[in-house]
Amino acid sequence: MLYREAGDFSTSYTADSQTFPIRFDRYRYYFILVVAFLVIPFFVNDYWANAILVPFLIYSIAAIGLNILTGYCGQVSLGTGGFMAVGAYSFYKLMTAFPEISIMLHVLLSGCITAAVVTLFGLPSLRIKGFYLAVATLAAQFFLVWMFNKVPWFYNYSMTGMIGSPERTVLGIVVTGPNTDAWAKYFVCLIFVTLCGIIARNLTRGSVGRKWMAIRDMDIAAEIIGVNPLKAKLSAFAVSGFFIGIAGALYFGVFLGAVEVTEAFGIEKSFMVLFMIIIGGLGSIFGSFAGAAFMVLLPVLLKNVFVGGLGWPTDLAAHLYFVIAGGLIIMFLILEPHGLAQLWRLAKEKLRLWPFPH
Amino acid sequence: MNNVSQDHFVTADGRSIGGALMEMQNITLRFGGVVALEDISFDILEGEVRAIIGPNGAGKSSMLNVISGFYVPQEGQVLYRGSLRPAMKPFQVATQGIARTFQNIALFEGMSVLDNVMTGRITKIKSGIFSQMIWKGRAEREEIENREVVEKIIDFLEIQAIRKTPVSRLPYGLKKRVELARALAAEPSLLLLDEPMAGMNVEEKEDMSRFILDVNSEFGTTIALIEHDMSVVMDLSDRVVVMDYGKKIGDGTPDEIRNNQEVIDAYLGVSHD
Ligand SMILES: Nc1ncnc2c1ncn2[C@@H]1O[C@H](COP(=O)(O)OP(=O)(O)O)[C@@H](O)[C@H]1O
Ligand SMILES: [Mg+2]
Repeated sequence: MLYREAGDFSTSYTADSQTFPIRFDRYRYYFILVVAFLVIPFFVNDYWANAILVPFLIYSIAAIGLNILTGYCGQVSLGTGGFMAVGAYSFYKLMTAFPEISIMLHVLLSGCITAAVVTLFGLPSLRIKGFYLAVATLAAQFFLVWMFNKVPWFYNYSMTGMIGSPERTVLGIVVTGPNTDAWAKYFVCLIFVTLCGIIARNLTRGSVGRKWMAIRDMDIAAEIIGVNPLKAKLSAFAVSGFFIGIAGALYFGVFLGAVEVTEAFGIEKSFMVLFMIIIGGLGSIFGSFAGAAFMVLLPVLLKNVFVGGLGWPTDLAAHLYFVIAGGLIIMFLILEPHGLAQLWRLAKEKLRLWPFPH
Repeated sequence: MNNVSQDHFVTADGRSIGGALMEMQNITLRFGGVVALEDISFDILEGEVRAIIGPNGAGKSSMLNVISGFYVPQEGQVLYRGSLRPAMKPFQVATQGIARTFQNIALFEGMSVLDNVMTGRITKIKSGIFSQMIWKGRAEREEIENREVVEKIIDFLEIQAIRKTPVSRLPYGLKKRVELARALAAEPSLLLLDEPMAGMNVEEKEDMSRFILDVNSEFGTTIALIEHDMSVVMDLSDRVVVMDYGKKIGDGTPDEIRNNQEVIDAYLGVSHD
């Protein structure tokens, strides 16, 4: 028997509301944590860190952030790229203005600043819904990118208009700048992913998460039950912004090292993160990880198979990426709105009863 | 002025009914040119089952919406526990101990039965978002306390087996029951039920009637319910308000209503033709 739920009974409500109520899932989770923290850092090389692991971890944080807003609270946002830029520029300003303070703290502060900005852009959600809200967040996206291009204070009046992260250390280890080791980049991102994952899980399993979902499923009934729609929606924007800001800070400071805002945080970024949560699964933390992994791995896979293996030109493989991603998004939207996470659940359900399906 | 401690009496089946919990005074509600409620006054006594009946479009649901703060009447006032209720948002009304179900089921379709019912306890939550982020301590304790209350309600309404089922997969009759569970989770002083038995078969109606009577007698919850089935209304309720075209045309015990000529003409006569 590979996987079992039968015979695994919760004997208390604490046990029942655990993150992983099934023992097997819990062990797998601990196993992943041990491997991620204690094994991978010793083996990771530049290619694995820069092409796969670091972007996967950072996009996971962004996807969790957007999933809280869109998947859990039902507020569609196309401003993710712009909001990540807020995190990136906050981080840049903080780390250049206060070099003596730990950048770990700066990352968290960038998250807080982004939370405030996103909450501000969330105010229209109290009046408008769905398509109109999406357009409003799209406006935020363009406004923010324009602002970071236009106001030289944000890029410290540099000639190129770009921002670059100076070298900073944590406990003597270089974590930003060109001399950062692959494992250090990976480790910093891993710490924040773990933190964000735990926070997101705690919020979504309790009453805050229920408020968000109630607003998403039927806002009028939610209000009559006692959910304050203003607080519920704005808290979703704030929490979402916190995560997306952290993702933006890491994307700029740790992953790329230097960015130009239009290129790094344009509208494509907003769509990319949105695709991640659609493919991974709306309203699922696991789905956020799955979607991020999928969108990061797919181009790498295509490149290795078609360019490396079959000798196709690179741009053809890149086009194939869009075709596959686009097709999958349409498929998931129509057939399985809960994405990969739901497919995973269904597979587990089959496995659980295997080999006796009835 | 009505005093809550005044004129208590005990019903034939041993329930104690007290002074006015809620008083509607000269309520008028208009939607543009449509007058949904016209100068309606009635009260709901503490501990009673109060029925509101009337043909379709009479304004019954509008009345419940006024009580739960969803519609604001143009004229008239609402007294709750003897004092004038100021203008309130629906979520503030909920914190005063008023819970309801809807004529067209309004469950959270993307959530499990358990989460739906747990959401009913939202007004009891004290821990803030930061404490819930960390989960340990107050947030967790509160979650467990609420879960215990919710499990009692789940047992009471006999929906243990579907606890973890997404409500979107439930049949209509069970959805109605889950919606009742969600309302009960708030441990309301006043429970408003908008056609709790509409569209149910005889067996389901009997179950629902039993639950309503049990809620009233075991928890002492005051209930105001809208119902079409006359035999159900006569069995369940202590007093009945009859409405027609936005006006109140009768108010009294089921026996009085049955013998009221105006009511017979306007409503009972029509439906028993
Ligand atoms: N939100 C609304 N907007 C416009 N008219 C409404 C609204 N709600 C109710 N009405 C009108 O008020 C009248 C009473 O409706 P309602 O209270 O639903 O009746 P009942 O529940 O007794 O069937 C109807 O004429 C209905 O069209
Ligand atoms: Mg009605």
